[in-house]
Amino acid sequence: MDLFMQYVKCFTVGGLICVIGQILLDRTKLTNGKVMVLFLVSGAVLQAIGVYGPIVEFAGAGATVPISGFGYTLAKGAMEAVTSDGLLGALSGGLTATASGITVAVVFGYLAALVANPKSKS
Amino acid sequence: MSNINQVKSEYQKIVDKHSPKNKVFVNSIKAFFIGGIICSLGQILIDSYMFWGLSFPEASTWATDSLIFISAVMTAFNVYDNVGRFGGAGALVPITGFANSMVSAGMEYKKEGYIYGLGAKIFTIAGPVIVFGTISSVIIGIIYYFI
Repeated sequence: MDLFMQYVKCFTVGGLICVIGQILLDRTKLTNGKVMVLFLVSGAVLQAIGVYGPIVEFAGAGATVPISGFGYTLAKGAMEAVTSDGLLGALSGGLTATASGITVAVVFGYLAALVANPKSKS
Repeated sequence: MSNINQVKSEYQKIVDKHSPKNKVFVNSIKAFFIGGIICSLGQILIDSYMFWGLSFPEASTWATDSLIFISAVMTAFNVYDNVGRFGGAGALVPITGFANSMVSAGMEYKKEGYIYGLGAKIFTIAGPVIVFGTISSVIIGIIYYFI
């Protein structure tokens, strides 16, 4: 039952974050890229002011999988690195925490685009 | 002249009557379900990795990396585009949308070359995301250092 509730929370929170994005796309002139940047920066700022952490504890992947979760990881990485390494951590922490995600995206993104072709628009 | 305007306004009324209403509502429902499904898939991955002995932060990172990989493959097979067409922001906002933006732009611009075409264009959307993400993390880190 606990497991079931965990998935209900994850689905609901993740879904709602996407609904905010959909309303922004439909009601404003923001393009896809700008919505992604907005969510990313929002996630980072919400983590910095201590709001996003509790959302992650509550919803798990429902909060970490949306791109705002990527911003959360960046900010959390920078803050933890400042605690352990001082000011240098502010420069290294964010990208260190997200390094594997960016690397997977670059390596497999390049390879996937290399071998695949766009569907012909017939 | 007034006759033409009258015809125009009547035409506009007909257009309004037949154009879909509550588009935002229907789109939001679709985004909710697609977004929820993608996040639940992430949760299944996190739970599986934790079952195999990883801590939550490790499992969460692995799950994110797995989703990026899955999305790159699905985009290469032209599957993710259909998910995106149906789910709108539900497919865009999750991290899978980030990987999708890289692969689809890369596929499109491959004909301009493997370095300046493919190598550069995969960052059309991912570039700004990484730039603003890095800048925010540095600013937050510096503020956190001084308070």
